[in-house]
Amino acid sequence: MLEWRRRREPSTLMLGLSPLIAIGLTMLIGMLVFTAMGYDGFHAVRDIFLTPFLEPQRWPDLGVKAAPLVMIALGLAIGFRANVWNIGAEGQYVMGAIAGTGVALATHGMSGWWILPAMALGGIVGGMAWAAMPALLRVKLQVSEILTSLMLTYVAVQVLYFLVRGPWKDPEGFNFPQTRMFTADQTLPIVIPESLVHLGIPLALVIAVIAWLLMEKTTAGYAVKVVGLAPAAARHGGFNADTVTWATLLASGGLAGLAGLFEAAGPFGQLTPQFPTGYGFTAIIVAFLGRLNPIGIVFGGIVLAATYVGGEIAQTTVRLPQAATGMFQALLLFMLLATDVLVRFRIGWRGRTA
Amino acid sequence: MTSAILVSILMTLVAASTPILLAALGELVVEKSGVLNLGVEGMMLCGAVAGFAVAFSTGSTGLGLVAAAIAGIATAMVFAVLTLSLTANQVATGLALTIFGVGASSLIGAGFVGKTITRLGPVFPESLSGHPWLRAVFGHDIVVYLSLALVFGVGFFLRRTRAGLILRAVGENDASAHAIGYPVIAIRYGAIAFGGALAGLGGAYFSLALTPMWADRLTAGRGWIALALVVFAAWKPGRLLLGAYLFGAVMTLELQAKAAGVTWLAPELLATAPYLATIAVLTMMSLGRKTGRLDAPACLGKPFSAS
Repeated sequence: MLEWRRRREPSTLMLGLSPLIAIGLTMLIGMLVFTAMGYDGFHAVRDIFLTPFLEPQRWPDLGVKAAPLVMIALGLAIGFRANVWNIGAEGQYVMGAIAGTGVALATHGMSGWWILPAMALGGIVGGMAWAAMPALLRVKLQVSEILTSLMLTYVAVQVLYFLVRGPWKDPEGFNFPQTRMFTADQTLPIVIPESLVHLGIPLALVIAVIAWLLMEKTTAGYAVKVVGLAPAAARHGGFNADTVTWATLLASGGLAGLAGLFEAAGPFGQLTPQFPTGYGFTAIIVAFLGRLNPIGIVFGGIVLAATYVGGEIAQTTVRLPQAATGMFQALLLFMLLATDVLVRFRIGWRGRTA
Repeated sequence: MTSAILVSILMTLVAASTPILLAALGELVVEKSGVLNLGVEGMMLCGAVAGFAVAFSTGSTGLGLVAAAIAGIATAMVFAVLTLSLTANQVATGLALTIFGVGASSLIGAGFVGKTITRLGPVFPESLSGHPWLRAVFGHDIVVYLSLALVFGVGFFLRRTRAGLILRAVGENDASAHAIGYPVIAIRYGAIAFGGALAGLGGAYFSLALTPMWADRLTAGRGWIALALVVFAAWKPGRLLLGAYLFGAVMTLELQAKAAGVTWLAPELLATAPYLATIAVLTMMSLGRKTGRLDAPACLGKPFSAS
């Protein structure tokens, strides 16, 4: 009979291998499920997971979708390491875009290199402010940041609707619920001419490297990990759990806010009611797929970006509904959590000595 | 005239409260057994879409309700296998369940957008349910009465029965319960299944009684409010009833203000009321308590493995 035996140390081999096993299982189960539902399961899986990588003309789109996912997930992963469960990144993302857009509307008609940095700063501050409330409530009153950060997501989305339909509606926009288009000085520059590749993509990579250095090479990163793994030991070691809660929530809020502003000042070029696309939730999957490691998250972001890009391809090639993308993403997270057991347990046959 | 308005407000309030009450009651039992399932929203959505699909295909809202409970149990079992048998992180798995519920319900529901069904009707005959003021008592549908009966049922089960005592013991000290010989994992499987059934029913109340139709993310975060409600109720069924109806009142206020054409506050900002109220309530609960971690079960959210 099969038997689970707890490993003394987590397996480093499985730590790296289990995300790949999870992706493989997701492809297999996805194929079976969609075939059972009457779709061409084989081609659906191929188009979602392979076509975006095999066709070079899709690569810029992969980068555009991966950049916000990576930025948000980097912040979330630092928090998850410290057992701080910020699941309202979507709200911070939206609020960052709102604050940055506020700067853009205030500087309407002006020009100068400083406008875009000011908008980015607005984005960071907006995201941080939206994460500050869960941080304050958790540190001062032990209120679960899970529930407060999530509730604030719904609030942020309503505030967005209010602004684009009301005070921020484009006066020359034929009454459509959307803000003015951003001017050239308010838009992220394109780094590869004639493509969609904007400045946010290389910046996401730079931030990933900074996050890696921070987590692996500094005392602050060490403090975050100790607080998460052994709160009692952290107290004895003089690490302040409250400071870590504040720092991780503000960092993840700020990064999500910046990602939101980049999305607004990049692919969108304005704010519309369609702006909240769920990147804040998908980034949770990215963080786990990347094993909460900044470099892993870059790869995780690219894989999840592929499910978006590939999902669109599969919509035209095999008429897969748009919602299938979300299914594949959720399936991937389930498989990741399931294969995690291989890291902590050794599977063998009962009766034999290992 | 005024009494007619009051009765109609009460009817709206009860209807708005019922889905959160059901979902929160299920989660209360789950948490009493020591498990934190954050996937309530996902289970509600799966129940909502399954209930609507079956009610639309068979023409029977009763069968729809049964299907919703089964769908809730099925999704809850995914969570149970991952967290209990594979000892996965409960927070992460609960989140995964919600993301899954959003995706799966949207996929299944795509074919049902714009379709209509007959709304779940009142239980009692027209002479009672249509009466100008007696309908405040007799004008509700079966799910409302079921939810009230379940509040008392769960309260009785937890406080007065041996099985309820064992369930609480498992939630307070799983290691001791295991040492005495109680099947910790099996009991938690049962609790999670019950939570799934009630979340599924709560979700179906949206698609079969409140709207009644299918739309993506129909439950609009009510599953998360249900989770907050369990904290508000300090894990007591009686207080849960009170809390759910309080939230129902907030949502009714929002609807009434919209209907009355309140202009000084934009409808979008009015719509933030239930979410802000949730945060306010959680904050007040923490301010009001004296020591320790509220009255949460001691083993809440901690993984258990017998070996």
